[in-house]
Amino acid sequence: MIPASFEYEVATDVAHAIQLLASSGGEAKVLAGGQSLIPLMKFRLAQPASLIDITRIAGLSGIRENGELQIGALIREADLEKNAIIRQRYPIIADTAAVVADPLVRNMATIGGNLAHADPANDHPATMLALRASVVAQGSKGERVIPIDDFFLDTFTTALRPDEILVEIRVPKPAARSGGAYLKLERKVGDFAIVGVAAVVRLDESGKIAAASIGLTNVGLTAIRARNAEEKLRGQAPDDKALAAAGAAAAAESQPVSDLRGPAEYKRDVVRVLTQRAIRKAVARAKGGN
Amino acid sequence: MAVETAPAKTTTGQKLHRIHVVVNGAAHDVDVEPRTLLVHFLRENLGMTGTHIGCDTTSCGACTVLLNGRAVKSCTLFAVQVDQASIATVEGLEKDGKLHPIQEGFHQEHGLQCGFCTPGMMMTAVGFLATNPAPTELQIREAISGNLCRCTGYVNIVKSIDYAARKLREPAEGKAPDVR
Ligand SMILES: Cc1cc2nc3c(=O)[nH]c(=O)nc-3n(C[C@H](O)[C@H](O)[C@H](O)COP(=O)(O)OP(=O)(O)OC[C@H]3O[C@@H](n4cnc5c(N)ncnc54)[C@H](O)[C@@H]3O)c2cc1C
Ligand code: FES
Ligand code: FES
Repeated sequence: MIPASFEYEVATDVAHAIQLLASSGGEAKVLAGGQSLIPLMKFRLAQPASLIDITRIAGLSGIRENGELQIGALIREADLEKNAIIRQRYPIIADTAAVVADPLVRNMATIGGNLAHADPANDHPATMLALRASVVAQGSKGERVIPIDDFFLDTFTTALRPDEILVEIRVPKPAARSGGAYLKLERKVGDFAIVGVAAVVRLDESGKIAAASIGLTNVGLTAIRARNAEEKLRGQAPDDKALAAAGAAAAAESQPVSDLRGPAEYKRDVVRVLTQRAIRKAVARAKGGN
Repeated sequence: MAVETAPAKTTTGQKLHRIHVVVNGAAHDVDVEPRTLLVHFLRENLGMTGTHIGCDTTSCGACTVLLNGRAVKSCTLFAVQVDQASIATVEGLEKDGKLHPIQEGFHQEHGLQCGFCTPGMMMTAVGFLATNPAPTELQIREAISGNLCRCTGYVNIVKSIDYAARKLREPAEGKAPDVR
């Protein structure tokens, strides 16, 4: 399959990328790892007039902890998964990177592309919702920080303006006695999720859940937060009863559709089960386990 | 190969890009259309048909090559993206008539039947063993999870890669085996 013709430009730095985007009249697309965009172009579902390759811009693939965690948009999934800070301090992000596609796709795919693509089936959006992350965008009008709750507007649609690129993802430092986990059910290795659940909990000194946040993959038009489930957990001891109530709430507020990955009722039940397992794992990590 | 200095164009007026790419150690400077996929560049521009096209939809891994040492799917990468990069394909594995340990492994352990997936499997394995020289069976299985084989049932492929891992770890006799 051969994509339609397009012009190809290499952005040398962020300002150059913004200038190329701004002068394209909305006809250009940013090219990062290409693992979502190139398949779409091969099917001619996307036919951009030009591609602006941002992967040669220096300084956008670092990971720093600087009051908060700062993840460069261009870091590849394979590097994210192996990064020592991520593995030790943010294991939920390592959980997520490890189940994105397959190892060959992960050698190319970037975390920025995973969020900017805004596919409800992508795995990082739910995790970033649960982590209460924010996204840093740069455009001709300067830089702005977009809270993750305001970022995913619709399937394949984000709050990024046509001349903006996503440069960084920021994640608050983990609070004391907090932990998170991402679980995904897939038909086969490397497939998109039937359902994915990201859970982050913070325990109080008595071991009760002080706060919880839960993101769901592939059961809505975008990745969604399971706010009722979060609410059910607040102030509760993380016992089977509280987890069951949260699982039931998440299942009720999920919006799956029947497709080749299964009927909606089945997916709803998977949400119920995975939510409980993700919370259980998050609680274990909050207590210092794994 | 075009040699003019102004950017060359196709008959439809599409601007071509001059790329410099090192494939299995040999440098090539070639004018390509931006939409030329790396796998087509290798097979059609360079005549290296060892890299296969299976699914053409980023699923099967038959097209796997190493890009600066990392295994990637060449059906999902434009040739213009690898300007200035180094590519390794199955054609570069054998050196001076001597099989690469991964090729020896596939031979010894019967790691192939029809052979269609084999170049991709071997390139994935070479990229993987460079980062994990002593893998467990599970790690090998995870490493090839982006490569599909419709014939073997994978058992002998896993054994072949394990064979290569052991062979590559052997203390070098005179000359160390070349990993890339
Ligand atoms: C076989 C296969 C299986 C997959 N399975 C999964 C899976 O299980 N889970 C999962 O999460 N993903 C999966 N993916 C998607 C893959 O992880 C994507 O590569 C990733 O979501 C997009 O990242 P990219 O760097 O490749 O982006 P690209 O394909 O380069 O870009 C994707 C979109 O985002 C835009 N974009 C990219 N970066 C930026 C930026 N910095 N600023 C602004 N816009 C930007 C592009 O313009 C484009 O519209 C799969 C892909 C394949 C081919
Ligand atoms: S041909 Fe590239 S993944 Fe199948
Ligand atoms: S040997 Fe035939 S597909 Fe693998």
